[in-house]
Amino acid sequence: MRSDLEIIDEWIQPNSRVLDLACGPGELLHHLIKNKQVSGYGLEIRNKDLNTCIEKGIPVIEQNIDEGLQNFDDQSFDLVMMTHALQQFRRPDLLIDEMLRIGKECIITFPNFGHWRNRIHLAVKGRMPVSEFLPYNWYDTPNIHFFTFQDFERLCHEKNIKIVRWAAVDGHLKDHWWIRSMPNLFSETAIFHISR
Amino acid sequence: MPDVIPADSVGIVTPQIAQFETPLVLSCGHTLSSYQLVFETYGTLNDDASNAILICHALSGDHHAAGYHSTEDKKPGWWDSAIGPGKAIDTNHFFVIALNNLGGCCGSTGPTTINPETGKRWEADFPLVTVEDWVESQARLADSLGIQTFAAIVGGSLGGMQVLEWSIRYPDRLKSAVIVASAPKLSTQNIAFNEVARQSIRRDPDFFDGNYLDNNSVPTNGLGLARMLGHITYLSDDAMGAKFGRQMRHDTYQYNYGIEFEVESYLRYQGEAFTKRFDANTYMLMTKALDYFDPASQTDGDLAATLSKTQCEFLLVSFTTDWRFSPERSEEIVNALVKAGKPVSYAKIEATEGHDAFLFPIPRYMAVLNTFLTRIANDLTPEAK
Repeated sequence: MRSDLEIIDEWIQPNSRVLDLACGPGELLHHLIKNKQVSGYGLEIRNKDLNTCIEKGIPVIEQNIDEGLQNFDDQSFDLVMMTHALQQFRRPDLLIDEMLRIGKECIITFPNFGHWRNRIHLAVKGRMPVSEFLPYNWYDTPNIHFFTFQDFERLCHEKNIKIVRWAAVDGHLKDHWWIRSMPNLFSETAIFHISR
Repeated sequence: MPDVIPADSVGIVTPQIAQFETPLVLSCGHTLSSYQLVFETYGTLNDDASNAILICHALSGDHHAAGYHSTEDKKPGWWDSAIGPGKAIDTNHFFVIALNNLGGCCGSTGPTTINPETGKRWEADFPLVTVEDWVESQARLADSLGIQTFAAIVGGSLGGMQVLEWSIRYPDRLKSAVIVASAPKLSTQNIAFNEVARQSIRRDPDFFDGNYLDNNSVPTNGLGLARMLGHITYLSDDAMGAKFGRQMRHDTYQYNYGIEFEVESYLRYQGEAFTKRFDANTYMLMTKALDYFDPASQTDGDLAATLSKTQCEFLLVSFTTDWRFSPERSEEIVNALVKAGKPVSYAKIEATEGHDAFLFPIPRYMAVLNTFLTRIANDLTPEAK
């Protein structure tokens, strides 16, 4: 399992009821169902990923998150999570509100655009960074919002969202003291555990 | 049939008949003292009888779901594209049962069979049966075949309603439920369409209040009209447009009520062909079974509460251009299952065919069905694989 998923795994209570938005091939849910006895559902729209989930026996629902999550009741899940996808949706701010309406807590991971390599790429080359980690061109990227560790933190403060804990890891998804000390500069993936 | 039986066909099949002498009390209060069900099976039942799949048919379906009855048959069973060795419902893994429901006109006890009390055909006297009655009779058929628990019960449209009822009525008798292009109850518009279909039959002078066979008559006009109407609602606007457009029979308008547009010819043909294979009383009672189905009424309309007793896992499938049983209707079931905390997966398949899509071998639809059922097969005892 990817190590950002390992970090998240430690934060999740056994037997929780979990909703995984944009669950992809269901890696994390599969692990949590097997090892933490969680129950839950993934939401996904990519056919290949849906089929992979069905193959593994992970309950998965085909639903376009950008079209809303009104079908889920208030506080009906212990945890709503979204890994590496928030930057792909039309209104991340409203989506976070929806996640906190449906779930008692949320875990969100995203690529930190404030990473030093991105800053240098843009400053020196004057062009949008394309890296192993963010391998798209500006015109074909599914990532329609770029934001930093600090941007997310600030949004949480503005919305009075409680940051229960956070973690920051590098491109190899390892965590180091220097990343922890300056996450906005050194982390490539930011991981936030939030609640109201 | 083709000259050579394809490798993925179940081949030549022979219908079987199960006779039941234990009275069946129907939802309407009437008791059927005895009855028979005609059915077909494909594949082999394993030693612990754990690999059975029940196929529930829709409005105009029957027990002949796959294969051919004889080498003379032009067409295979109605769901041959999905059932067979190596197909989505793989008969290498599963023992598949398809039956003609009670009240049908293809061999099971119904309006065209003899009422033992009068020695005459039932016709108009045949009691109205419900989805609940069907499930009850299907459970007795399963008993007679030594099947306690189905690996899966599968159905589209009205068939999906039977699957849903199974999951509620006999939660421990199925491991999985596959509900395709269905709904937890009919919409007002659905009921309205059904009523027009019934009225067109009932107002046919050849209907004789339902006792037409006794009067050497058949309400072909009414039944044909009902089918024409139904057919329009099973197709999408786009599918009809793509198939016929405004294609004309003649080069110029004839300015009369003959066939001007090809779609008119198609509908008339569909209506007429249907009257040759289907009974009007059966058609009417099937539409009533659709209208009456509403399992959430047990719990004041709270579908999640009704579904809280289910124990199986669910697969729901809908089709984007289906407006008779739209994706939103399947999603009502999905949402209720999520609310009840039950395992459910849901796929909304891109399709142009409208409601009829559930009968087509659309690649993604077949892939989803096959992936789901393959895992169910893998979860069975090793002998079953």
